Amino acid sequence: MPLLERSSRLITPLPGASAHSHGMPFVPDQSRAERRRSFQAADFPRPSGREEEWRFTPMNRLAGLLDDAPSERSLEWEVTGPDALRVSRMERSALEGWGIPAPGDLAAAIVTSQAAAVTVLEVPAGVELTEPVRIRRTGSGGRTLSHVVLRVGAQARATVVLEQHGDTAYGEVLSVLTGDGADLTLVSVQEWDATAVHVGEHDVVIGRDATVRHIAVTLGGSLVRLSTNASYAGPGGSFDASGVYFADAGQHLEHRLFVDHEAPMCTSHVEYRGALQGDSARSVWVGDVLIRARAEGTLTYEINRNLVLTEGAQADSVPNLEIETGQIRGAGHASATGRFDDEQLFYLQARGIPEQEARRLVVRGFFADIIAKIPVAEIQGHLTQAVERELARTAYAAPEK
Amino acid sequence: MTVLEIRDLSVSVTTEDGPKEILRGVNLTVRSGETHAIMGPNGSGKSTLAYSIAGHPKYQVTGGSVTLDGQDVLAMSVDERARAGLFLAMQYPVEVPGVTVSNFLRTAKSAIDGQAPKLRTWVKDVRAAMDALKMDPTFAERNVNEGFSGGEKKRHEVLQLELLRPKIALLDETDSGLDVDALRVVSEGVNRAKVANDMGILLITHYTRILRYIEPDHVHVFVDGRIVEQGGPELADELEANGYDRYLAQA
Repeated sequence: MPLLERSSRLITPLPGASAHSHGMPFVPDQSRAERRRSFQAADFPRPSGREEEWRFTPMNRLAGLLDDAPSERSLEWEVTGPDALRVSRMERSALEGWGIPAPGDLAAAIVTSQAAAVTVLEVPAGVELTEPVRIRRTGSGGRTLSHVVLRVGAQARATVVLEQHGDTAYGEVLSVLTGDGADLTLVSVQEWDATAVHVGEHDVVIGRDATVRHIAVTLGGSLVRLSTNASYAGPGGSFDASGVYFADAGQHLEHRLFVDHEAPMCTSHVEYRGALQGDSARSVWVGDVLIRARAEGTLTYEINRNLVLTEGAQADSVPNLEIETGQIRGAGHASATGRFDDEQLFYLQARGIPEQEARRLVVRGFFADIIAKIPVAEIQGHLTQAVERELARTAYAAPEK
Repeated sequence: MTVLEIRDLSVSVTTEDGPKEILRGVNLTVRSGETHAIMGPNGSGKSTLAYSIAGHPKYQVTGGSVTLDGQDVLAMSVDERARAGLFLAMQYPVEVPGVTVSNFLRTAKSAIDGQAPKLRTWVKDVRAAMDALKMDPTFAERNVNEGFSGGEKKRHEVLQLELLRPKIALLDETDSGLDVDALRVVSEGVNRAKVANDMGILLITHYTRILRYIEPDHVHVFVDGRIVEQGGPELADELEANGYDRYLAQA
């Protein structure tokens, strides 16, 4: 096994590489290992917006999701898929010992403080679901807090798609627990109405030798801030996180990832791509990877790419890599934010393809690899069309036929 | 019969020190079925000529005219020029990630023809053209120019030339970076396209090597932004023997 020669601790911040990323160079003042985690909202001070984990978020647009107050509404659920999936409501006190990770910020801790009952989705050990589970969730105004636990038993296999629609201020905690050798593909599609606010935390625990693919697709909503935290319950686990987002004028779409390599011989791969168009369209991507001293043999890579389609849009991209052992297989990260490539446009137009169509071809191509990872053809097609609709909203409309 | 007529064409680029004139009054007429070789030293403006005709935004036309069968090419957008029948085979074709060759070819063909090609014949045509260029069928599923070798990029350019059937082809240093075998394969593709469509060719090259495979009817020596001498194929032989020195001394 080739090993990297590294000092015992290395913190490597990499702000967005090009002139169009406006992330300030940043060195964390503390290790991610030292960040607070708790189920109790009272354990987190109310953030001012200057804290590392809040500094990109427009605090005045959080629609009460930092107020420690009860949920007003609930999302309407529509579940389709195999019967083998068990859906139940349980008191959280009944889930002690399940190993549910504690929330990592105030918004998530408010959800667990306020939501005494938890919706539990279970795929029993050894069960392989042949069809995907699809859960369509629709908000109807107000403020909605929910804690959902998805548990996939040892050696079980499942694909779960969560699709969010409608309008609400949604505070979400999704705890994902996978057993030894489990195989889970989890897709979260944010297609909220333009007024919705979504502050979510997905905590993913990867079992020994388990494989988890987490795919986030964020197109709708006024403000979406989705934190995905992955940790490993044993050696040999694999975590693959991908995401696509498309920020329009006025939208703030923020994706924060934290992969905590605490077990040996695990792998992680994080790849997010975003497009931005329109005045004050804003995207934030933060990718933290921590390789702890005992996580020998880790292999990790993370990359974020942004395509800025118009003036006035801003993409922040901040990968951070902390390495506490040199005994790893590999660790890398990359970030690139660029404008539309005029040479690509010229090449396609020089083959007779009209400008608008050439632009659509390039943007579709930019997202194609990630959308292709979604194992449900219908959703792939739907998202491809959704991206086309996003493009059609502004200058890149398809020519009138 | 198609005629590309270039009259007194002047072209500048913007530099840090202001506009810089690159073409200084180019006159040239290319008709269907003719092959014109433009030869000249590096930096003489040969490629600028090709890119200006194709409409690259980097180049500003400051004078003169370009017409295709009497239509004003300079008034057209880049894609309109291609649809009018011009094709530029590029020296450095651009990568388009996530767009497969097969998707790209079909999109371009639909744009040029104004309608989608008939699926069955199209698949057959693409397969046959790739075969003739000794391209592996898996090539169609790769992303446009992504990870292509120099030779693969040039084959891909000529593949488009054969499938899109332009009236006039501008070949910008299509021979550069090719070994002898690849040069022969690529040249044969150009010759096939010429015969199939009675295509006119403007072949830009620094070397005479490609002229053994694609025979020119006319050879033009290009120095310092204009044509300084014209002749038949024998002029290429003379350049092969003596190089460009005598023209550079004049300039």
